[in-house]
Amino acid sequence: MTLGLALLAVLLVAAIAGGVAFRRAAALRVGRAKGARLNSLPIYHAFYAALWATLPALLILAVWSPVQSRLVDQAVLASPQARALPDSEIQRQSILGEAQDIASGKIEAGFNPQSAELAPQFGAANGKFAAIGGAIALLAALGGAALALTRVSFDFRARAGVERWVMLMLMAASTVAILTTLGIVLSLLFESLRFFKLVSPTEFLFGTSWSPQMALRADQAGSSGEFGSVPLFWGTAFIGAIIAMIVAIPLGLMCAIFLTQYAPAKLRSWLKPILEILAGVPTVVYGYFAALTVAPMVRDFGVSIGVTSASSESALAAGLVMGIMIIPFVSSMADDSIAAVPQAMRDGSLALGATKSETIKRVVLPAALPGVVGGVLLAVSRAIGETMIVVMAAGLSANMTANPFAAVTTVTVQIVQLLTGDQEFDSAKTLAAFALGLALFFITLILNLIALTVVRRYREAYE
Amino acid sequence: MSSSTNRWSDGSMQKRVKRRYAAERRFRALGFAAVALSLLFLAFLLFTMASKGIGGFSHTEARIQLDLPRSDVMLDPAMLKGPDAPQLVAQANLEGAITQAAVATYGPAAAEMFGESGTRALGRMLIADPTLLTRAQMVWLPVSGKVDVAAKGDGGDEQEKLVSAAEAKDGLKRTFNLDFLTASDATDPSAVGVWGALKGSFLTIIVTMGLAFPIGVLTALYLEEFATRNRWTDLVEVSINNLAAVPSIIFGLLGLAVFLNLMNLPRSAPLVGGLTLALMTMPVIVIAGRNAIKSVPPSIRDAALGIGASKMQVVFHHVLPLALPGILTGTIIGMARALGETAPLLMIGMRAFIATPPGGIADPATVLPVQIFLWSDEVDRSFVEKTSAAIIVLLVFMLMMNGLAIYLRNRFERRW
Repeated sequence: MTLGLALLAVLLVAAIAGGVAFRRAAALRVGRAKGARLNSLPIYHAFYAALWATLPALLILAVWSPVQSRLVDQAVLASPQARALPDSEIQRQSILGEAQDIASGKIEAGFNPQSAELAPQFGAANGKFAAIGGAIALLAALGGAALALTRVSFDFRARAGVERWVMLMLMAASTVAILTTLGIVLSLLFESLRFFKLVSPTEFLFGTSWSPQMALRADQAGSSGEFGSVPLFWGTAFIGAIIAMIVAIPLGLMCAIFLTQYAPAKLRSWLKPILEILAGVPTVVYGYFAALTVAPMVRDFGVSIGVTSASSESALAAGLVMGIMIIPFVSSMADDSIAAVPQAMRDGSLALGATKSETIKRVVLPAALPGVVGGVLLAVSRAIGETMIVVMAAGLSANMTANPFAAVTTVTVQIVQLLTGDQEFDSAKTLAAFALGLALFFITLILNLIALTVVRRYREAYE
Repeated sequence: MSSSTNRWSDGSMQKRVKRRYAAERRFRALGFAAVALSLLFLAFLLFTMASKGIGGFSHTEARIQLDLPRSDVMLDPAMLKGPDAPQLVAQANLEGAITQAAVATYGPAAAEMFGESGTRALGRMLIADPTLLTRAQMVWLPVSGKVDVAAKGDGGDEQEKLVSAAEAKDGLKRTFNLDFLTASDATDPSAVGVWGALKGSFLTIIVTMGLAFPIGVLTALYLEEFATRNRWTDLVEVSINNLAAVPSIIFGLLGLAVFLNLMNLPRSAPLVGGLTLALMTMPVIVIAGRNAIKSVPPSIRDAALGIGASKMQVVFHHVLPLALPGILTGTIIGMARALGETAPLLMIGMRAFIATPPGGIADPATVLPVQIFLWSDEVDRSFVEKTSAAIIVLLVFMLMMNGLAIYLRNRFERRW
């Protein structure tokens, strides 16, 4: 909060520096003889000064704020009041958290009396380090402003300077994507390595039994926990790659064919956006729909055809609804690849006397097949990464069954399940979620890469 | 050469042609059926939600003979004029008075007829009209969730009896439930509302927008207008295309590992949710932005360069304004997706029970989709219609955003 104050001060300095630079440059313009022109407009001088005042200072603040929280924690733990803290890491953290909340005025009193003693320490340390960080940032702002202001002159190329800064910002923005990818890979990899220290990779990859329940005490029965992920991947593939695709591929493909080949332009311009609503409905709504409406219907249907084990959480309900969600996706991918088939091929077939459907079946679809396959692969990758529908409708029991009326569980369901209970962060149970995440990330990555290569190669063939 | 004419006119050819035309019609009908079936699914989905959720916007009120002077509510009418009236009302034992009155009006079975919502409504009445404390009067108060469900014809036996008894005395009516839009989460289903979750959603989306839009637009400009093709830009492109297809739950894991565990940001705060969703939406904005920038014709760039503009001026004075409608359309669609996202927010702990709307981006909050997920897990029957009603609210917002995107596209997008 004190850093917020520093931020305001920095912005104020920047505004003033910009204003001063503008006045100076404008005065230079008036002072010179007619015909002579400033190299840069006053407004560029103003931007130049403002940028020099803000950007370095902002960078310092951004680096400082995480450093500060570490320093504050250290200072508080080193204080005499902190010696009485219990040894248990969880209790320590909760007391420290409460003390911090009291110090920042979020809560009035903590659950634990010790937090009240520590709160003043937090306040003091916070104030001290925020003052240091704020002062450094402010100095940087003033220094930057001074530097820019001394540079205001008739020949100074302020516009080029501003453009250099903007270019820097553009390049910085483009690295965010790489940093995100790197962050995903590193955080998943790091936690997964810790998991594989506890559970062997072969057991994880090839084990067929999944029950991550760890006992609270070591002497409790069944305390080991089993982390064989095969049933999870089977469940994921069964719902996402088999049932959902049985629904989505024929419907999506036929929708695309009807919309591109048969429907009049006016009808198409109406139907397409309406169909896209299916893709825009939030997944939690689909999940609720699947659990509340579709699952009982599926169970009743299962019972009526004599499946006694029909469960109210079935692979079929989740897969059906997921398939419906994917329809517009398959449809628009198929749409693109059908549109990419050259008109000459279609005309040739029609000129030989083939009907429209024969042309579509014998000429257009075979030619568009690589694109369609690529689209289906992308759809599969989206379906297996889908979370809410399966969390709400597919169930938790890791079954290796091909019975669509039985409950199966998926990778995403287990990730949610493992990370939303109350447990320590270092247990094999929570770390398993990251190992599952890593596996999911690589599977979807590979599917996407294959799909994109297939689509691209095929596009080139017709260009 | 009569055989060749026969070939076109004889019966077997006619039959073959007929069969082929029939196949053609079948194929066409199949295509139409596929579209119709998909639309039917959509209609069924929307209809189910609407029919189940419409009840969530109304609630049942019951009439009771309230006699506050004789109850153990110790409140001074004069004090209720002050600014701390809400606190005083909250501290008074209004529940007791309501239970007393309900039992007096409808018999001992009515002891649990009213819940949190009734207390809240009575509190508001008292602040609006403190003279209620000095006289006995008939008042209408919203009933508890269980009785509400019974009044809508789907409750337990006990409540059904109570409802028919009350109806016999002409003591029930249905009114619009304003609380549902202005209140937050609560344990009593009759008292819940979506405002807290909605506010959390707004705060989260603002953070997402504030980060993803500038970064996305700048990245798109850099890739389209400035970057020379080299290893580095290839890497940027590959990461963006790949990030756009990464499952959303993976972003949740990233948020958990980096923002919560590494950077120690507050758990379940809109700040962290917004950051996570920003990383998720940024690639969508970049891809939409690049397409919009690509469609600005090069002649405009050439003309600006020709009269002496710098490369930067060309981009920021001409290309960006012309591409902006397209970029905004993509951004709004990306934001709508972020608004409906649930899974990554579950990962960063936005699933706590939070009964007060968040005051800022660092306060614990929940968002509308997560609220829907939480309510869907509740056992209590009356949460079904509340969940569906919340879904209606969410869908209305999504529809509004998508409508805005379509409007922008039709109104401002130019084709060259």
